[in-house]
Parts: sequence; C-alpha cells; structure tokens
Amino acid sequence: MIEVKGVNKSFGEKHVLHDINAEFHPGKVNLIIGQSGQGKSVLTKCIVGLMEVDTGSIHFDGRDFSAMNRRERREIRKEIGMLFQGSALFDSMTVEQNIMFPLDMYTSMTKEEKIDRANFCLKRVNLENTNHLFPAECSGGMQKRIAIARAISMNPKYLFCDEPNSGLDPRTSILIDNLIKEITYEYNMTTVVITHDMNSVMEIGDKIIFINEGKVWWEGDNKEILTTNNPEIIDFVYASKFMKNLKGKLS
Amino acid sequence: MNNIQNIGKYFILLKQVLTQPERFRVYTKRVANEWETIGLNSMGIVGILSVFMGAVIALQTASNMDSPLLPKYTIGYITRSSTILEFSPTIISLILAGKVGSNIASEIGTMRVTEQIDALDIMGINSASYLILPKLVAAVTILPFLIIFSMALSIMGGYYAVTLSNLCSHEEFVYGIRAFFEPSNITYALVKTMCFAFIIVSVSAFYGYYTKGGALDVGKSSTQGVVWSTITILIANFILTQLILL
Repeated sequence: MIEVKGVNKSFGEKHVLHDINAEFHPGKVNLIIGQSGQGKSVLTKCIVGLMEVDTGSIHFDGRDFSAMNRRERREIRKEIGMLFQGSALFDSMTVEQNIMFPLDMYTSMTKEEKIDRANFCLKRVNLENTNHLFPAECSGGMQKRIAIARAISMNPKYLFCDEPNSGLDPRTSILIDNLIKEITYEYNMTTVVITHDMNSVMEIGDKIIFINEGKVWWEGDNKEILTTNNPEIIDFVYASKFMKNLKGKLS
Repeated sequence: MNNIQNIGKYFILLKQVLTQPERFRVYTKRVANEWETIGLNSMGIVGILSVFMGAVIALQTASNMDSPLLPKYTIGYITRSSTILEFSPTIISLILAGKVGSNIASEIGTMRVTEQIDALDIMGINSASYLILPKLVAAVTILPFLIIFSMALSIMGGYYAVTLSNLCSHEEFVYGIRAFFEPSNITYALVKTMCFAFIIVSVSAFYGYYTKGGALDVGKSSTQGVVWSTITILIANFILTQLILL
C-alpha cells in the first residue's frame, strides 16, 4: 500500500499541493483524476521521488520514502514501474534492449534469461516478434505497450501510469486500460493512474481520487462518481457531450 | 546571479556524475560506444581541418619571411611549434566543442524533455552518472589521440604546401620540424587537450541535463553548451599556459 500523509508542495509563491492525504491499495487500479494544472502530475512526481515534498511523507508499505537517503530510495525504486505519458522509451535501444535494461542494471541474469524475460513481457502485452524494432518504428499504442512491458520486467510492486491514453485512438485506449487492469490483478500490484479520460475512469477505476486546486476534493469508485452531488465532480464528469447525453438517457 | 547559480549547479552535477556510479560493466560498453561517437566519427573533420591549418601556417610563415638572414628551416620550425603548442590542441578542441558539444547537449536535452531521464531516475539509476560519465571518460581518453593525429596531419599539410610550391626544400623543412624540439611541449599539449575534453563534455552535458521545455529549448541548450564550453576552453587555455609553460 502507498500512503500519502499531509503532503504540501510549492513552487516559489505558488502552492500546488495542499495537505494531501491519500491511500493507494494493492490489487486495485487507483485513479487520480482532475482538470489540467490541478496538481495531479506533481503529486505523482512527489510520490515516486522525482520531486521532493515540502512537508508531509510518502510511505511504501510502511517504509517512509521521504525520510530515506539515496541508497535506500534506490531499493524502493527497483519495486516501481512507471508508464510515462510519452512512453519515455530509450530511442537508441531496440524494444528488447529497452525491456532488458532494468534487468541489465539490477540482476545477474544471463543474457538468455534476460531475453526470455523480455519475450515473456512482450508476449504479455501482445507484441511478440517486435524485439529488434526501434521505438521510432513503432506506433503510439505499441510504444505504450512496450513501456508497460518494460515497467513489468522487474516484477514491480507498484505501477504508476501518467495519462496512459493520451494521444491514442479509443480502441487502443481500451486495450491499454484493459492491460493495466489485468496486470494489476494478475500481479497484485498497487497501481496509480493519472488520467482525465472518463472512459478510463469508468473502465478501470477501482478507487478514484479527484484533485482540485491542489486538494483531495473527493474520493470514491467508478459507480459513486456518477451519483455524487459534488458540483466540481459533476462539472468534470459531464463536461463532454457524450457524458451529458448518457446522463440524459440514464435520468 | 543566474550565472553564479549555474556554476553552483554545474559543480553539484559533477559531484553527482562522479559519485555512486553504476556497475562497472555497464560503463565499459557505453565508453566504447562513445569512443566511436566522439573520437572515430570526428576523425574526418579533424583530418581535413588539420591538413589545411598546417598548410596555411606554413604558407603564411613563408610569405612573412622577408629577411634573407632567416634560414628556410624556420618555416618547418614555426609550423611544428605553433601546431603542437596551440593550433592542434586549442583550435581542434574549439571545433570539437561545436561538433561534439552540440551533439551531447542535444542528445541529453532531448532525453530530458522526452522524460527518458525521469525514467532512468525512477528505475533508481543515477542518471547523471549513467549518461555523462562514459562520455567524460571516452572524451578525456580519446581526444589526446585525435590531437596527435591532428598534429601529424597539420605538419604534413605544411610540408606539402611549402615543398610543392617550392618555398622550401624537403631537407630544410624536415630539419626545421626536428630543430630545438622539446618533448615537454607534447606533454603540455596533451594535458591541455584532456582538460578541454573534460570541459567540452561536462559543460555541454550540464546544459543538456537541465533542459526544460520542448524542442526549442533543446536547441537553446545546445547553443548555450557550445558557447559556454568555447568560452571556458579559452579561459582554461590562458590559465594552463600560465601554469605549465611560464
């Protein structure tokens, strides 16, 4: 479980996160949603240690990440997989080398074992026989799936996904969502997904945290979000014409 | 104020680069790749520049020797001395600051804006050390060889320029390049080169590593990397000359 306790973060005069408290549970897809510029990405970067919190603490299964030194953090980071918005694949490496990269750095596996592991991860994301392609030769959806394969290559306990559907067509988005959900359940991972895609919210949101003005505004699941009376949530959820029509039909 | 902050950040980055390196075997392959990128891939431009640089030095020396009291071998002597002491180590390093420096700054800058460096950090890898240390090691070890190659070609360029235009005979030129030779000049040139190599990589990598924004900012970082490594090389050249030669 990941616990965020009283986190505050400012950039100069701008206070971005205000006393954030949240829990992300294992075996569940935990979503952080909210409009752009409300602090979702900053919160995620604070959780994974790409940014330091001003006050408060982050706990990974009871281990206080914020109080750890670089070496101790490194051990936790081996348990973290992350899917970036732009995939962040290493463009000078082939697909196989990208997936083998964490194994090269942290394990003493033989080359054959690493190739086997890379093949297993690629098969898991339905991308067999792409081993020798370079990221630039792959489509956006393929890159996302390769990034997922890389993220799970070390069997992480925690998976973070930053807007996994951005720039993808609806069918590929659903494919990525389903993949994230399946992997989370299969490996009992604590998965945290940042999104503002309502399809994803409805498809995979086991637990949803709505961030507004740098504060946790609302918490619930994908059923409760449709019935809440919170005006900011209603504004967010029913912003699209599709959702407005759906609401009309439902009512 | 901004420049002072940058100097501070530069030394913090250097500390990060030189402390807590990753596994040794990770670096060996990367250093070999960088030898190719920084060294072998620069041989063409270094070769062309050196031949013409040496030729021009020899021709200009010959054209300025009006006094009949000056022996002809002076052309060879001056070509050799100026090539070894200044032209090969400094001019070639300045050219490499443009070629290699912009390449390093834009490569690392692009990795920054496409979140590849964040991906390394999240994996718990010391991204600064992983990305910059192999380039530093490769540049510091390969540039002296490039400069020796440049010295040889420059002197050869000078030889052909003056002998083919009958400004000096083969014997006179060869006597000139061997006259009053001090081996310590080579040491001075190579020490300078190693310092310049360190400056080119570390300054360019610094601007690349702290790139913020998008493609436009990668371009700016690349330009700043080249400009500041050039300025730093010129200052270091002055200081090293004072310290070693005088």
